[in-house]
Amino acid sequence: MVGGGLAVVTLRNIIHSAVAMMICFGSLAGMYALLGAPIVAAAQVLIYLGAISVLILFAIMLTQAGDANLPAPFHRQLPIAIVVALAIVGLVGWAVVQTDWGLAVEAAGAAVDEIATAIFTEYALPFEIISLLLLVAIIGAIYLARRPEEDERAN
Amino acid sequence: MGIQGYLIVSTILFGIGAFGFMARRNAILMLISIELMFNAVNLSLVAFNAFLPPDANAGAVFALMIMAVAAAEVTVGLALVIAIIRTRQTPEVDQYSDLKE
Repeated sequence: MVGGGLAVVTLRNIIHSAVAMMICFGSLAGMYALLGAPIVAAAQVLIYLGAISVLILFAIMLTQAGDANLPAPFHRQLPIAIVVALAIVGLVGWAVVQTDWGLAVEAAGAAVDEIATAIFTEYALPFEIISLLLLVAIIGAIYLARRPEEDERAN
Repeated sequence: MGIQGYLIVSTILFGIGAFGFMARRNAILMLISIELMFNAVNLSLVAFNAFLPPDANAGAVFALMIMAVAAAEVTVGLALVIAIIRTRQTPEVDQYSDLKE
């Protein structure tokens, strides 16, 4: 999975990067299943592997001019980016290693029907807010992605 | 594998995402890197829920909500990127220099 993630940021061809992203997300779904969260694993497969990957692949196909001359993949910020990313990994990794996880024992995962009940009772308000957020996002995306010519015709 | 293993994997994934966001020049790849960081945080939430549960359902519900928000984010983000690419004719972010002095 980490290999897939590394491939995402290092491969030169952006379509290869997107496929590596799908591999990475797929193995993340496996990790969720290992952690006893089958509903999150299923949502990962549906949302990320199914929806977001296809969306990103479509965006790449729409914008790719043709891969005859691939531009240099990296910014001139590359050295700073390496340093900052290593600093983040080092700092958080150090915190993870230093912490005493003595109390942490693997608990049994919650059953799917329990989670469903919790979403619609205890977490009903966030659920509704998220549905509103998704609606707003869809409308905003349609507005943004509209071609300017159509804009003039509408006026 | 204990909680440490999952958290370290999540940290590395987050670092890769941050690196990709800062170092790549393609706007769509920057969005993909943001997705990687979202997934890293999601993994750590699910790991914490599996090992130190405050309540058996909280972690899974949190992860599902984050996925929904990430889906909304990537929708708007891709629409913005496509609109920018249509006007600028390039996905390279370092050529977006209109606001440069």
